[in-house]
Amino acid sequence: MSTPDTRDDLLIFERSHAGRRAMAQAPKALPAERLAAIPDSLRRRARPALPEVSELQVVRHYTNLSSKNFAIDKQFYPLGSCTMKYNPRGANRAAMLPGFLGRHPLAPESHSQGYLACLYELQEFLKEVTGMKGVSLTPMAGAQGEFAGVAMIRAYHEARNDQGRTEILIPEAAHGTNPATAVMCGYTVREVPVNRDGDVDLEALKAACGPQTAGLMMTNPSTCGVFERQIDAIAKTVHEAGGLLYYDGANLNAILGKVRPGDMGFDVIHMNLHKTFATPHGGGGPGAGPVGVSERLKPFLPTPIVGRDGDRYRWLDRNDLPQSIGQLSAFMGNAGVLLRAYFYARVLGREGMIRVGEYSTLAANYLLKRLEAVGCTAAYPERRASHEFLLTFAKEAKTLGVSAMDIAKRLLDYNQHAPTTYFPLLVPECFLIEPTETETKEALDAFVDAMAAILAEAKNDPELLKGAPWSQPVRRLDDVKAARELDLVWRE
Amino acid sequence: MPYIPHTPDDVQAMLAAIGAERIEDLFDEIPEHLKAGRLDALPEGLSEMEVTALMARRASQDAGALCFLGAGAYEHHIPAAVWEIATRGEFYTAYTPYQAEASQGTLQTIYEFQTLMARLTGMDVSNASVYDGASGLSEAVLMALRANRKSKSGRVLMPQAVNPRYRQAVQDICVNQGVELVSVSLDRDSGTTLPAALSAHEGEDYAALVIAQPNFFGCLEDVHALTDWAHARGMLVIAVVNPTALALLTPPGEWGTEGADIVVGEGQPLGVPLSSGGPYFGFMCCKQKHVRQMPGRIIGRTVDLEGRPGFTLTLQAREQHIRRSKATSNICTNQGLAMTAATIYMSLLGPEGLENVAAHCHANTRDLVAALTALDGVSEAFTAPTFHEAVLRLPRPAAEVLPALAARGIIGGYDLGRDDPALADCVLVCATETRTAEDISAYAAALAAVLAEEAA
Repeated sequence: MSTPDTRDDLLIFERSHAGRRAMAQAPKALPAERLAAIPDSLRRRARPALPEVSELQVVRHYTNLSSKNFAIDKQFYPLGSCTMKYNPRGANRAAMLPGFLGRHPLAPESHSQGYLACLYELQEFLKEVTGMKGVSLTPMAGAQGEFAGVAMIRAYHEARNDQGRTEILIPEAAHGTNPATAVMCGYTVREVPVNRDGDVDLEALKAACGPQTAGLMMTNPSTCGVFERQIDAIAKTVHEAGGLLYYDGANLNAILGKVRPGDMGFDVIHMNLHKTFATPHGGGGPGAGPVGVSERLKPFLPTPIVGRDGDRYRWLDRNDLPQSIGQLSAFMGNAGVLLRAYFYARVLGREGMIRVGEYSTLAANYLLKRLEAVGCTAAYPERRASHEFLLTFAKEAKTLGVSAMDIAKRLLDYNQHAPTTYFPLLVPECFLIEPTETETKEALDAFVDAMAAILAEAKNDPELLKGAPWSQPVRRLDDVKAARELDLVWRE
Repeated sequence: MPYIPHTPDDVQAMLAAIGAERIEDLFDEIPEHLKAGRLDALPEGLSEMEVTALMARRASQDAGALCFLGAGAYEHHIPAAVWEIATRGEFYTAYTPYQAEASQGTLQTIYEFQTLMARLTGMDVSNASVYDGASGLSEAVLMALRANRKSKSGRVLMPQAVNPRYRQAVQDICVNQGVELVSVSLDRDSGTTLPAALSAHEGEDYAALVIAQPNFFGCLEDVHALTDWAHARGMLVIAVVNPTALALLTPPGEWGTEGADIVVGEGQPLGVPLSSGGPYFGFMCCKQKHVRQMPGRIIGRTVDLEGRPGFTLTLQAREQHIRRSKATSNICTNQGLAMTAATIYMSLLGPEGLENVAAHCHANTRDLVAALTALDGVSEAFTAPTFHEAVLRLPRPAAEVLPALAARGIIGGYDLGRDDPALADCVLVCATETRTAEDISAYAAALAAVLAEEAA
């Protein structure tokens, strides 16, 4: 006989029993006449088929589901370009203080001074660590920050009546959000090749720049895990062509406190606070993607921004910034994420910020050297790692028939989250590995041990890799069937 | 070193393995003149205790007022279990579920969320959330332009009855792609969008009509007539709905003869705290035939090597990390954790619980309107039936009355004069299930006092 409550492979809908309810949670039913003002023609005919379950069933169901996840709180999670560092619990508690949670987004400034003070200070901190002249906190994720940044580039050229700048240049190793963003802002994309050493092909960039160039989007360190050494020449080339320089802050963790994008000549940047400032990824979000700008782009920042008059804080909106690219959300973005980042910045302070870049770089270079020592192949062996680095398993794929994906899946069996795989696309069979500054040396060593063991398995028993994972709630999933026979909602 | 575990011995051992003497040597590829000096504008670091105390002082500074604001964000009771579970480290500190086998918890939760939203809206499919309601409407407008291949104009009909903050965000986000939003006027008696207002656009090419239910003023639109009008003219229908209201109101999938084509809205009422405007989440549902035009992550149910059911990201060929410049949107990170909270919330409330919440919101707002319109000079501005917000006309400008109320500890609503000078004496009020009869009496007493003062 089945005991559905203790089986952990059911959907919440399969636990439903007609007439059951979590009675403590909703107010009692009202007499029908209290709803008489709503015309019948606009009333729902049947209640939505939400599950009918008890409170304990819900708690048990989602607690059991949560246990099927890898998470930073459980495992080493070296996802390149994702900066899976420790998410301080203190930040969560501070952001969830009742006074912050209960504040309505449109509450008057008289009832918002505490909140606005935190945001104002965060704006100032972000300006200092990036070397930019103005910051807006409103973008709700990295991609929306990118959108705001490129929209500002567009607004800048339009305000100068500089017509004909229709193209955004993007190195071929860039994140997919970069070209997608450029298109959302009405631009066409031209890709710039990358040299064998991971730096941009400067001659190709020079040839690509011209009166059609609106700007260049790049990360530094790049997605190849190395610092772009020609950044001065790149900035000069783009600026001389009349274009602006966009900094994708996905890899800001590498240089926090060491190099500032503003000093490298970037005109506009976005930051991923859910990476660099330790706010949680939450299984896919929320993030926060504030943007910073140089002096000439300040008038175009998205609204609202927190301003200060004497000891009073107030919102600056379109009335204050008539050239703003405008509003990206209904209110002011992911406030709760910003408060977590504020907490983090206050705990770290001046010295702590500088340590982020130093120790994330130390961890990456250590891990790279140790992995090379056990037989892994670096994609750019002659280069320093930044806060992350690329390995390539092209040799193993050719000689042993095991792919980077097989190795990634086998890592799960060793209780290690897989690094980013198959990105960037220009390095075959690659892992992008980012250990972050918050992992112990023991955690890094355990990862090396796992990789060494897996490379041995690849030679001796490759089926162990090709069938992996073996230890997870499910084996490898049929993605082709998922896309061909779409099953996106449960039907009884 | 906060959050950095290395001892001096660790550092030495790591540097030795690298073959470097100092950490600074690891930055030797960076041109010297680019290196930052000191970050002098940053304060010294503080302990968790000190920062918590500082933030607690600031949080309490903002608390305490009695709030009757809605206008797109609504205070509801949130069961304790919702965030206790959502902030478990296994949900809170997981990444996007790209490694499906190690993310079945998140993936199944999203699949359940998609199912819940499809059932609530009466639509075929849902995605895994977008940033918020306003940015979600922008994505819906761009999606409608892709999906409606017969329309060539790049124009969409956007009624004045839609939340002005949404209209502004859609304008600001879509303007870069040459999209034109054409306004449909508001009927100033009923507070709704009338077919007569649409007839001014007869014979023109539009890709879609946006319909908000309830609309920004809390009024209920005749969604059936509006939907049929649009479909008869080859337009798609984009519904913007409040999810709590859907427990009582016709789901968009049943609007008119064919139902809405794309449904979006602000998910915050489903268990997400007000929190100054975010993180919230936008939900997005559509008819099956449009699913390949939908932006954002989508989860599918499939089987593993042994035939057991499991969940995975699917239709990724729509997305930026695969399609790059040809993707449906640049969206990558979404609002996963808020969506997880909403899934738990809907499961806890169930069909009857959510209906009761909606009913109490409606009844409390009617009680609030009755209590306030009993005062001299205060009347309801519009005649249409409402859900859980209503517009009150005051004898004085809202911009004068609301600060006076705030000084008495009452946040009295939204000043409609901010967006429309013709409504400068109007305030949008809301009373959800969390407002009691005593709260409503307190508002009425404060308003009476404020109006008496001003009259004196």
